Amino acid sequence: MTATLPGPAGTPPEAPEPDEAVLQRQWTSKLRRGFFGAYPPERLLPDTQPSYVASWIYVFGVATIAALVMIIVSGLVLTLEGPQWWHTSTWGHFVNSVHLWSVELFMLFMVVHLWGKYIMSAWRGKRALTWITGALCFLASVGTAFTGYVIQTNFDSQWISTQAKDGLNSVGIGAYFNVLNTGQMLLFHVMMLPLVLSLIVVLHILLVRRRGVVPPVGIDAETGEPVVSGEAAR
Amino acid sequence: MTTTAQATAVTATARRRRDPASGEWRGPKRPYDIVKEFVIAMVVVGLLVVGLAALFSSPDDRSVTLRAWAAAAPIDFMTTTATELDGSSGSAGYGPPYNSNSTGQQIGPLKLAQFAGVRIPIDSANDFVINPLTALSSADPTVKAALDQWNGASATQQQTWATNYTAAIAKAPNQDPTKVAAGDYGPVPALVAAEYQVALTGALDGALGMGGDFYQTNYTKSLLFIADGGYLATLADNQHLAGDSWGMMNETGSYPGQAWLWLYTFWYQINPFKSSANADALVWGLMMILTLGFILVPFIPVVRSIPRWVPLYRLVWRDYYAKHGGGRH
Repeated sequence: MTATLPGPAGTPPEAPEPDEAVLQRQWTSKLRRGFFGAYPPERLLPDTQPSYVASWIYVFGVATIAALVMIIVSGLVLTLEGPQWWHTSTWGHFVNSVHLWSVELFMLFMVVHLWGKYIMSAWRGKRALTWITGALCFLASVGTAFTGYVIQTNFDSQWISTQAKDGLNSVGIGAYFNVLNTGQMLLFHVMMLPLVLSLIVVLHILLVRRRGVVPPVGIDAETGEPVVSGEAAR
Repeated sequence: MTTTAQATAVTATARRRRDPASGEWRGPKRPYDIVKEFVIAMVVVGLLVVGLAALFSSPDDRSVTLRAWAAAAPIDFMTTTATELDGSSGSAGYGPPYNSNSTGQQIGPLKLAQFAGVRIPIDSANDFVINPLTALSSADPTVKAALDQWNGASATQQQTWATNYTAAIAKAPNQDPTKVAAGDYGPVPALVAAEYQVALTGALDGALGMGGDFYQTNYTKSLLFIADGGYLATLADNQHLAGDSWGMMNETGSYPGQAWLWLYTFWYQINPFKSSANADALVWGLMMILTLGFILVPFIPVVRSIPRWVPLYRLVWRDYYAKHGGGRH
């Protein structure tokens, strides 16, 4: 048995343990319980998956993310020496080419992924929000890519911006989002839109991990067998 | 109803309402290395983009300067300058967000452009011609006299001179502003000639955008001015970039461009959009509705059922169906 020694003179008495009920009510505790309850490690980084996930169509989701990583990396390299560096540097032009082709593949992979999810009715089983965030990813990507085209500081950007302004102006958006203002577009392209897109992508992936990959049409997730007669094949 | 019967009815209802796709998957599983999958995807996609970049590079046609425009198409440059003075250029009569010289486009009674207001004020005559000449050429006595005459005249007189001059250009040989018949043009020919001379030196490129500041990142005025002319559009047309050839979704050269904008540019190719004065607003309005529909596909009755009517999903899960049955819904 260990003897309890008195503390130095003037040491305040040891504070009592915090009330568990108070801790449970804390915003931090609630967030921790909510997040790790929904996302235990084996769900975030799974080592198995349903056996029906066995088609090439499933490759396009991860391929889209890989292309996005290439876009971000090449985009970061392009930012290192300013927006016009790539016009005069062979290396800069090559990095710009990597950026361009990453975008082309990213959009191609994402469109195939979207069509794949459509033909699978992938919104079934409370997965509508996963579809919605996927659609928002596509829209944010279109906007981000568009701002990239208008900040190239070459003939393409002159023509595309002067053409695009009419559509945006016609519905009042151009009054706030001025595609002829290269500085504004540059900041949108390298900061605001990538941030928004990345957040939606993270949310989309978390939703996929939360709900899992949608089971085949007409198959009951709880049995892995065809839905019994009388149950709705949603 | 007895308690047992009630319980049975509730269970039956619950079974009917249970969504068979929503539960945790309890069927057969297989090993899945998500980290390895991502690394392989990175390597494959990385090699693919580096290969494509090395093989096909990327387009980079130099931007068109105002000096290049003036040198390559002097008649177009001078005529455009005259239209900025008489208020007949595209940007002079644009309306919101640049000025109040028109109401802008509308969707039926909905005037969204007007609602947003004039937030990027552009006065074509002063911003594109008078102010740059005042900054760059007022040391030249001829230009200074022309500027003084213009600034000292009433708006009506300025309009009369400029309109007379642009009308005379239309009748001149080759529509050349330097070959117009004699008329009441006031200082307009001198101002147009001075703008042309200043543009040839390259000074106008800086003066138009700078607006008195040292730093410059906003090219609204320069781009509006150059887009008012026909030269930029001619170059774009030569590169298959014009609106009637699927416009801005294309890119210079044979590059794929923004192919994902195909639906947006598609509407401009057909009536009623093609021939409408409100084409931009109508296309945007339609695209907003379609975009909302795209986001809300899971809730739109017919659209969400098409995948089951055209059962391509059987191809995706054919192995699973072959082993476990089902797939006939």
